[in-house]
Amino acid sequence: MVMADSFNFELVSPERLLLSEKVTEVVIPATEGEMTVMANHAPTMTTVKPGVVTVKTADGKAERFAVFGGFADILPTGCTLLAESAVHVDELDRTALEKRIEAVRAELEGAGDEKKTRVEQFIAELTKLGEIVIPA
Amino acid sequence: MPSLKDLKNRIASVKATQKITKAMKMVAAAKLRRAQEAAEAARPYSQRMAAVLANIAQAVGADDGAPQLMTGTGKDDTHLLVVCTAERGLCGGFNSQIARHARDHVRKLLAAGKTVKIICVGKKGFDILRREYASLIIDRVDLREVKKIGFENADQIGHKVIALFEKGEFDACTLFYSEFKSVIAQIPTAQQLIPASAGPVAVEASDASAVYEYEPDAGAILSDLIPRNISVQIFRALLENVAGEMGAKMSAMDNATRNAGEMINKLTLNYNRQRQAQITKELIEIISGAEAL
Repeated sequence: MVMADSFNFELVSPERLLLSEKVTEVVIPATEGEMTVMANHAPTMTTVKPGVVTVKTADGKAERFAVFGGFADILPTGCTLLAESAVHVDELDRTALEKRIEAVRAELEGAGDEKKTRVEQFIAELTKLGEIVIPA
Repeated sequence: MPSLKDLKNRIASVKATQKITKAMKMVAAAKLRRAQEAAEAARPYSQRMAAVLANIAQAVGADDGAPQLMTGTGKDDTHLLVVCTAERGLCGGFNSQIARHARDHVRKLLAAGKTVKIICVGKKGFDILRREYASLIIDRVDLREVKKIGFENADQIGHKVIALFEKGEFDACTLFYSEFKSVIAQIPTAQQLIPASAGPVAVEASDASAVYEYEPDAGAILSDLIPRNISVQIFRALLENVAGEMGAKMSAMDNATRNAGEMINKLTLNYNRQRQAQITKELIEIISGAEAL
């Protein structure tokens, strides 16, 4: 098997640094569609929507994180994902997710039209995330 | 002259107080460590955020659609001050230092003929500022119920500030908090939030020269990033504040414990002296009584 080149990937949430490792491949749920980042990627900045980030580490393990929106900074030598909030998929449970959806829904009340669409989209993404991560 | 019994009671009560301050000091020390860890853990995010922001701000010129949060409204009439203090007292001059810093700033702005609005985060700052500027305080955020400050708390405050800005309630926003230098030194700091100062962020040459692709486009990313940055800055301020509060509390309680110790020594000396005096007096009475026989 030919090993792909590895690069540094960092997943940071405002509370802490979740992951900082050598990886070969990262799948990021960017706003314009999912993208797979590998070593020597062209410098890119993109916003991230709620979804699952799949990380393939250099030693062949795969790890999945649920992120709730954020921002990715991709350089040929490394990739940094600044997540609004992120948890390891194993630690995510349905009640926490539902609570979050509930909170966002409360924000919907009395919001402007443009914001409403945005929030509704956010809720849809969260719901989808729940379906992917946790089989009902 | 207090009686022997009075002195005994005094000593007992000071001892009890000393026990309390000692316990509070130890609690503060434990909390301080946790607060420092939290502040440290949050640092990578805000650093990267600052670097990314500086990078992207370079790419987006002021004229091609940079959001108002970045460039400001073009006016400088109404100032919003977000004053972050602790929820509890007994931490030396920590709260009053921040409040004084904010008050000086308010005075300067008012003297310059600006309108000032204040949002108080934390009860103590509200209590202090209310005395002089009750009419200027438009809102207060209570974090007393919050055990551990999370990003959501900061995010809520950030949303509040941005909502006010979008309504055109103010032109510039400054954040007041205490920077945690060390356990004994907390420096009250003012930081401008809006318009976002690109600041003297040192961007490494290699980063700055990289030509980025932006997805969707730079303007859209920027308008997504800046509100987030405001929340991050507030979050950082809150964490620094917690660490500072605990540091200040620790040294305040350490002083109190030491003072109590000194007081106990003094009182005990007094007590012993009086007891000895009484014994001597009784002996003299017995001896002179015996001699009289």
